Amino acid sequence: MKKKNLAAMLMAGAMCFSLLAGCSGTGSTGSAAPASEEPSQGTQESAPAETGNQGTEPTGTASGTFKLGGIGPLTTDTAIYGKAAMNGAQIAVDEINALGGAVQFELQPEDDQADPELGVNAYHKLLDDGAQIIVGSVTSGSGIAVSAETYKDRVFTITPSGSSVDVIAGKDNTFQVCFTDPNQGTGSADYIAENLPGAKVAVIYRNDDAYSQGIRDTFVAEAKAKGIEIVDEGTFTKDTQTDFSVQLTSAQNKGADVLFLPIYYQPASVILAQAAAMSYAPTFFGVDGMDGILTMENFDTKLAEGVMLLTPFSADAEDERTQNFVKKYNELHGETPNQFAADGYDAVYVIYEALNAAGCTGDMSAEEICEALVAVMPTISVDGLTGQGMTWKASGEVSKAPMAVVIKDGVYVTP
Amino acid sequence: MNKLTKKIKGLKKTTKVDFATYLGVILAFVLFSVLRDAGVLNRSITGMLVPICAYIVMAVSLNLTVGILGELSLGHAGFMSVGAFSGVIASQSLQAAIPSAPARLAIAILVGAVFAAIAGTIVGIPVLRLQGDYLAIVTLAFGEIIKELINCLLVGYDSNGLHMAFNLDGSLTINDIGMEPGGMAIIKGAQGATGTETIASFTAGFILIMITLVIVLNLVRSRAGRAIMALRDNRIAAESVGINVTKYKMMAFVTSAALAGAAGALYGLNYSNLAASKFSFDTSILVLVYVVLGGLGNMWGSIIAAAVLYFLPEALRQFADFRMLVYAIVLILVMLATNSEQLKTLAGRVLPKRKGAAHNG
Repeated sequence: MKKKNLAAMLMAGAMCFSLLAGCSGTGSTGSAAPASEEPSQGTQESAPAETGNQGTEPTGTASGTFKLGGIGPLTTDTAIYGKAAMNGAQIAVDEINALGGAVQFELQPEDDQADPELGVNAYHKLLDDGAQIIVGSVTSGSGIAVSAETYKDRVFTITPSGSSVDVIAGKDNTFQVCFTDPNQGTGSADYIAENLPGAKVAVIYRNDDAYSQGIRDTFVAEAKAKGIEIVDEGTFTKDTQTDFSVQLTSAQNKGADVLFLPIYYQPASVILAQAAAMSYAPTFFGVDGMDGILTMENFDTKLAEGVMLLTPFSADAEDERTQNFVKKYNELHGETPNQFAADGYDAVYVIYEALNAAGCTGDMSAEEICEALVAVMPTISVDGLTGQGMTWKASGEVSKAPMAVVIKDGVYVTP
Repeated sequence: MNKLTKKIKGLKKTTKVDFATYLGVILAFVLFSVLRDAGVLNRSITGMLVPICAYIVMAVSLNLTVGILGELSLGHAGFMSVGAFSGVIASQSLQAAIPSAPARLAIAILVGAVFAAIAGTIVGIPVLRLQGDYLAIVTLAFGEIIKELINCLLVGYDSNGLHMAFNLDGSLTINDIGMEPGGMAIIKGAQGATGTETIASFTAGFILIMITLVIVLNLVRSRAGRAIMALRDNRIAAESVGINVTKYKMMAFVTSAALAGAAGALYGLNYSNLAASKFSFDTSILVLVYVVLGGLGNMWGSIIAAAVLYFLPEALRQFADFRMLVYAIVLILVMLATNSEQLKTLAGRVLPKRKGAAHNG
């Protein structure tokens, strides 16, 4: 018994060590540069004294190396969003660095598992490692907790996709790249009122999810104001998102001809399949969470034919920039980027533009950069993948045109 | 001095361990406070102090149920959730009445403990008639029920006081609970409590740990505690000598629930955002892991295990994607190491004095 036990210990120990060896090998390429930066930027007070051979006069253009801290879920079931956003941001960072201009970026992504607690931990870790600007958090729940901390510490924060209003509410230093949830809800209601007059709308949403519930709430409020008739509402939770026959039958019986789905694409794919099976064919209307349904594995894209959705980004867009981004993303990660990747990409460019407008230098502390950027954010306009001429209100809310697309022959087209 | 050493030597071994536990916690608090104020501690560790305190209280309180009472509870996070949300409601609605943050925090923790104790009583009465696996399953169900209920809960506060609604059919929103314009939304259903003023502090966490230790250790060493342990060791024998099973089981279970509620309130007031989904089965298991690795019935073990195991995944951040894998392997290694006879004898040889304490668990 004893011998076995010892052998087990040794085996487990060997496993652990081999793993560590493997990790440090892969990790070194990514983290070598940030590690060398740590001593000079570890404490904020000492930073200005140490670097600073360049950037003598901030006259409208920024210079120096800026360290961006990314926060998002890189593991667990929401990892798809965090990884996409961080990959997108990394592509933007590489592009800007490749320009060889005065501004260089370093991005350090940290995992928060979409949990506020871990998000705050990740944020503290990033500041320890010398991050000056936070790109995150990717999810709303974590984003609210993180932005409360960045507000206290005065660190400039831009969230690629934390869409809840609470992420930016009362915090002048947090800005969003994505639409807020209410914005999507009202946007959808306005679109339906305008383009599908007289529609009888049914809503199916997930009532244990902040994102879904948030959009549903504002959609219903706006629908009332616009006189849209909502005939039925069905709910589901994380544990019941595999069968929607009850909700669909109810919607069908009440004669709904538009089905509003403020949910993510995985449950939406089930709804589409089940509706087709019971030959119920209303107009399906989704929001940005629906984006990604066409690239879902084992999903028959014919089912998504005619689905309308509000999305800020379409990987099939014709413009050169999107094409380049999609190509590069495909090369690096072997998949078509979703809107989260585009949001992450845009977030970095927004920071780039803002830094240039404010004339920040890499040796400034996080606090100084924050004050400078907060002052310029309402004045800048950025062309990104998720919108042309994006501008920001001082509250942190982005204003860009929501784009409604309809799926035709497996691609997004503007109706 | 000589008298003191004699007095210490004259103490029972368990008493010595208890005092060493108190002393250890106090020393750790002083050490970390000094280091933090001197600016030696980095932000990561400073930021982790409060959650570590909350998890320590969670682990010690669960140890009371699992280690002392001997009943497996898988719904401990449910009590934490009750405490967290009631604490947040108390703190947010008393913002104007009690501007002092420490006072408000103390009240919030007390409110959290009371509500969790009530929940503990409600659950305990039917549940404690069950034993073993059945009890585990019912507590698990309780944790899930709490989560779902809070997902439906809408709470707001305005000049007329608290407004509450249960959003059972999913059609209500925070605007439907009849608040005046300008009222403050405290809990918004699935979105949880957002915009909470974060008033939790390390000092409060330390005081809470000390209170928890005083309550739990005194309970365990008391007559009631011996009765509870007798129930654990042999229920029939305990009953036959006249020990009131329901009373003592409830005593341990409700105390445990109340302390978990207090920990929840501390935890909830440390984050600006808190969703019910945080207090899922996973969190219950996480705390159970702290308890089991620290040693069943071993309070200082729970404290150390909670602190170390909370810190570990954060310390392993440089492994990026492999983080949780490394964490799991470390858990396995710790389990093997603490149960290895070789290591125990080795430790006994190197540290002859510790041998007694190590077997004390």
